[in-house]
Amino acid sequence: MFLAAKAHQSCSSVCHKNVTTELTTEYTLAELMVVSAAREIKDHEVVYVGMRLPLLAFLIAKNLHAPNAVGFYENGLIRETPASELLFTMGDPPNILGATQAGDMLNVMGMLQSGRVDIGFLGAGEVDKFGNLNSTFVSKGDGSSVRLPGSGGASDIASLAKRTVMLVEHSKRRLPERVSYLTSPGNGDGKGWRKSVGLHRGGPSCLITTMGVFRFDSDDCSARLESIHPEVASKQLQDETGWQVEITEPLQSTTVPSQDELALIRKIDPKRFWTA
Amino acid sequence: MTITSNPSSSTNSILMSMSEAIAKLTCDGSSIVMGSGMEQNIPFSAGHELIRQRRRELTLIGPISDILFDQLIGAGCVKKVCAAWVGNVMMGSAYNFRRSVEQGVPNKIEVVDYSNFAMACALHAAALGIPYMPMRSLLGTDILKNNPNLIEIESPFESHESQAPEKLSAVRALHPDLAIIHAQRADVHGSAHIWGGLGVVADSAKAAKRTLIVADEIVETSVIESDPNRTVVPGFLVDAVVCEPYAAHPSPSQGKYNRDHQHYTEYHAETKTHDGFLDWKKRWILDVPDRAGYRRLLGDARLLDLSVGESAYAAETDFGY
Repeated sequence: MFLAAKAHQSCSSVCHKNVTTELTTEYTLAELMVVSAAREIKDHEVVYVGMRLPLLAFLIAKNLHAPNAVGFYENGLIRETPASELLFTMGDPPNILGATQAGDMLNVMGMLQSGRVDIGFLGAGEVDKFGNLNSTFVSKGDGSSVRLPGSGGASDIASLAKRTVMLVEHSKRRLPERVSYLTSPGNGDGKGWRKSVGLHRGGPSCLITTMGVFRFDSDDCSARLESIHPEVASKQLQDETGWQVEITEPLQSTTVPSQDELALIRKIDPKRFWTA
Repeated sequence: MTITSNPSSSTNSILMSMSEAIAKLTCDGSSIVMGSGMEQNIPFSAGHELIRQRRRELTLIGPISDILFDQLIGAGCVKKVCAAWVGNVMMGSAYNFRRSVEQGVPNKIEVVDYSNFAMACALHAAALGIPYMPMRSLLGTDILKNNPNLIEIESPFESHESQAPEKLSAVRALHPDLAIIHAQRADVHGSAHIWGGLGVVADSAKAAKRTLIVADEIVETSVIESDPNRTVVPGFLVDAVVCEPYAAHPSPSQGKYNRDHQHYTEYHAETKTHDGFLDWKKRWILDVPDRAGYRRLLGDARLLDLSVGESAYAAETDFGY
């Protein structure tokens, strides 16, 4: 557990961000997103943990409300206990120490394919109205394009997990009506698409942005705004979304992080590498 | 049980220096799988020697590579990349990769996009000696449409879930010329003990025509044979062994040294421009003759900081009978 966290692998090398560890009810947007992501994990679920923010979300869930969740990492690790300290990558030594199994990628990918993974986490350059993700190319306004790193394991998780949760910064550029390149499949062009292309299960469940939380439970399988973050105006959210958002008043407000959640995040990520 | 006498004097030793190994096993145009251990055990020292020997027109193969592929791309060594992800894992994008694709600087590379699972299956197919592997992933995606090594097929057999014909994706086997694999320890014949996440390491060695093992430590064969479950690559598959402490730096080698997070943040900051990368390359690659020189550049204090603070040994395993 974290109280026993080792000191020698501290992230002293990346303390370039000014931070305070003082505990208040204030929270950053990244903290709100991480907590919202962590809450999507139910106890006893098998979780395909992705890169970056989800590494932290899994640690929060394991320590607070989902102690029996099992973590899969595509480098081949399976963990039944949380790593003892902050992770920058899934291959960091503290993630390997105390793992339940350290095997090869096909072991965890194979079980993802055979339907053993309940929930997977995804990030992307663009997410569209139907939860399709683009992490390959995005167009800039001037006609040129930006090359993004690529799928990694995201397309496999999006294809094969029982449900997926996506995290992305909220802007018109990041949330277009349709992605310009479909790296990882959401609901395609709507209801029935996944089955028609041969995807047997799964699909997007939740989209967590810096402005709100969307669900994909509408009739046409598009994103439905479930809650809006505190201090975000609905007009602002609409203006920064690339599709028409149906806003039904009164709009639910996203549940803010609890003291316990904030205390844990700041214990794990005291220098706020992931949560600035 | 570390060998203290000259290990290369052992019969059939294939131990050699990194410069000899890269000269012997690579040429312009080689296809090389690297970074098969994902974020750990990345063979950075071998990549740096490829840059020093000015290899050109390489095809790089690997699921992710953290910043290793980015360095080879920036140095102009690369013609083509077959990968699922090219970037800086803790920082996001890698600038050389972007400059090459977006601006043709220093040269335009061809990128063939895979997913991690597709890359694992491509190497697995080659390791099994079959032309392709079927999968259920990537259906309906632009990755499948754009990568000529991926197609949609109909399953010849019904599955246990469905009696109707099913759509599947299929990925063509990938046979790299060379696998470069980092191991915590190996013997002079190349049998390698690796621990931690194993990514696609074993299949890389079996898929490739030749294999180079880069080990932090050379041990007696009796050490390897004391724990055969930990042997990820058997020596008969291996063509050369290089022993270099801190060969995987800045990536971690479990039980040997930790991940140098600072190196990745500095690389990100210092390679925003092509000139910035050229300065970085001069300092960390061209101006050091080998990995020993690189360790001197890192300095004793940094090496000590990265060393294992608290050992955690596995339980004893009784192979007796």
